[in-house]
Amino acid sequence: MKRRDSRSLASTFAGYFVLVFFALVFLYPFVIQVANSLKTEPDAAANALSPLPHPFTTGGYEKVFLNTDLPLWLGNSMLVTILVTAGRVLLCSMAGYALARVRFRGRKALFSAVIGVMAVPPVVLFVPKFLVLNQFGIYDSYTALVLPLIVDAAGVFMMKQFFESVPVSVEEAARIDGAGVWRTFWSVVLPMARPALITLTIISFQGSWNEFAHTLVAVQSPELFTLPRGIADLVSGSLGKGTQYPLKLGAAVLATIPVAVIFVVFQRYFVRGANEGAEKG
Amino acid sequence: MADTAPAPAPVSPRAARPGPRLSAAVRENIAGWLFVAPVVVILGLFLLLPILMAMWVSLTDWNGQGSPFRSGVPFVGLDNYTRLFTEDGLARQDFMTSVRNNFYYVAIVVPAQTVLALGLAVIVNNRMLKGKTFFRAAFFFPSVTSSVAISVVFLFIFANSGAVTSLLKLFGIDGPQWFSDSRGVLHLLLGGLGLVDPADPPAALTSGGPFGLSWWEWLSGPSVAMCTIIMLVVWTTSGTFMLMFLAALQDIPVTLEEAGMLDGAGRWQQFRHITLPLLKPTLFLVLTLGLIATWQVFDQVYVMSQGNPAKTTLTPAFLSYQTAFRSFEYGSGTAISFVLFAIIVVLALLQRWIMRDRDPARRTRRS
Repeated sequence: MKRRDSRSLASTFAGYFVLVFFALVFLYPFVIQVANSLKTEPDAAANALSPLPHPFTTGGYEKVFLNTDLPLWLGNSMLVTILVTAGRVLLCSMAGYALARVRFRGRKALFSAVIGVMAVPPVVLFVPKFLVLNQFGIYDSYTALVLPLIVDAAGVFMMKQFFESVPVSVEEAARIDGAGVWRTFWSVVLPMARPALITLTIISFQGSWNEFAHTLVAVQSPELFTLPRGIADLVSGSLGKGTQYPLKLGAAVLATIPVAVIFVVFQRYFVRGANEGAEKG
Repeated sequence: MADTAPAPAPVSPRAARPGPRLSAAVRENIAGWLFVAPVVVILGLFLLLPILMAMWVSLTDWNGQGSPFRSGVPFVGLDNYTRLFTEDGLARQDFMTSVRNNFYYVAIVVPAQTVLALGLAVIVNNRMLKGKTFFRAAFFFPSVTSSVAISVVFLFIFANSGAVTSLLKLFGIDGPQWFSDSRGVLHLLLGGLGLVDPADPPAALTSGGPFGLSWWEWLSGPSVAMCTIIMLVVWTTSGTFMLMFLAALQDIPVTLEEAGMLDGAGRWQQFRHITLPLLKPTLFLVLTLGLIATWQVFDQVYVMSQGNPAKTTLTPAFLSYQTAFRSFEYGSGTAISFVLFAIIVVLALLQRWIMRDRDPARRTRRS
């Protein structure tokens, strides 16, 4: 018995060691990111590993706000994220509800189509999406940034799964009372769907805030750049490689903060979202 | 199976309401289609239609001017595809180089992230450990952040005077110049073992090889620069897959493990013979998702390397973008997209077939 105790103590210790080591590996890059965004350029170049800026300066942030279009990118990112998130939550839950509950002709075929759509790798749609935006004459506009992203097959799938897990009885009561499909959906079903809606909101927010590839094929004017696009331009473009790290890292910090805050507050919904993703496979 | 829900009886008492109202079934049909209409329209316009249009464009030499459906656009048939495979030239060389690069990338990232995710999940799942929520969050956090922002951070970390170089210096190692180092890791390894001299590879390997690249070029392994992207991606995606393994581990009944302990199974045996078989569906899922995602690597390449140095971080996804939007050869660019699509589909099916095939074999061996 004694031997087993000391063995499990040793393995607990080893477990903590591995966990702490990997926690460092996974989190220290963020420490480096924040710390170096607050350093001077020579300090960042000489002491990249150090978590303490010496001297401490907000010069990088001042430069990124004053010398780049970052305020514009931030504004565009917020606008696009809000529109895309609102659109996805509403449209995906409507479609998910209809696919789960409303008995209309062709819904099984439609659901198979949604599954099929989820299987198409987004990267493949790259050039094709540009072709369509160009053909419709909406290339290089806010519409091009928002409209193609406003619906997400995975979101439809997630909401359908959720609505199927809710007991029918409540809705049936509403329907018998004479409420139409829309009334039932809006005032009876949606309020019950709060956890799923929060999950979908968070996934959509995170997805559209971080979206980069779509902006490459949707817009080209610098006035329409979102934050990831602007940062990518900053890194690979005009300001050149290898220099201005505090400024670039500052921009990266600003792009990370909103998702980080939401992550800390709504962590369990993120976890749920990741596992919903697992179920769809 | 019919695609309609069981139709309600045509004359039910409720449908026979007074007045010229639509029957309940018709109203359900209309409501249903109205509910799905926005999704159908947008997915149709920005997913289905693009694919159809792209199929046409991939058969032309459209240069981006005007509509690709004008009569003046040269129709070239399957030229854009054959150029990637059979014609000796830059197009094929670039494409095959990108396939090679991505192949090595997949071959390292998929096993590495799967093993790391599984290992972390098993440790986090240990009932004795405290702070589970914190560690879970720490490992998962990189996967929710912006790929562009995190690529910037890694550019800095792997810069010549960056954190990794200084860290290696602490251990007395002279790190490489990560982003400008196009040497293949496999070449370096072969050279290090003294099997082949990378500066003067044997003529048998350099003189010929399939698809316009010599055997020596095919055997390069990922370049040192590509390794930074590999590390970045393993680091960002392991957390998501860890969550999937963790969810599956938590579904395994504790009694099963206890039974194993009573039978005197050691920790490794228990993992190997009880846990791992139960994780098989999740393992399959993680491998499939990993395989599909890794063939699509783009954001990191765009931000960190743009295919450089010496095209060793070029991937089909980036090549397709570059061909279409930088060289304005939209036909070739779309053709590359479709070939990439085919690669992903074929590999996913292949993997499914392999995993399925092994199942009965193992079962018979065990019985």
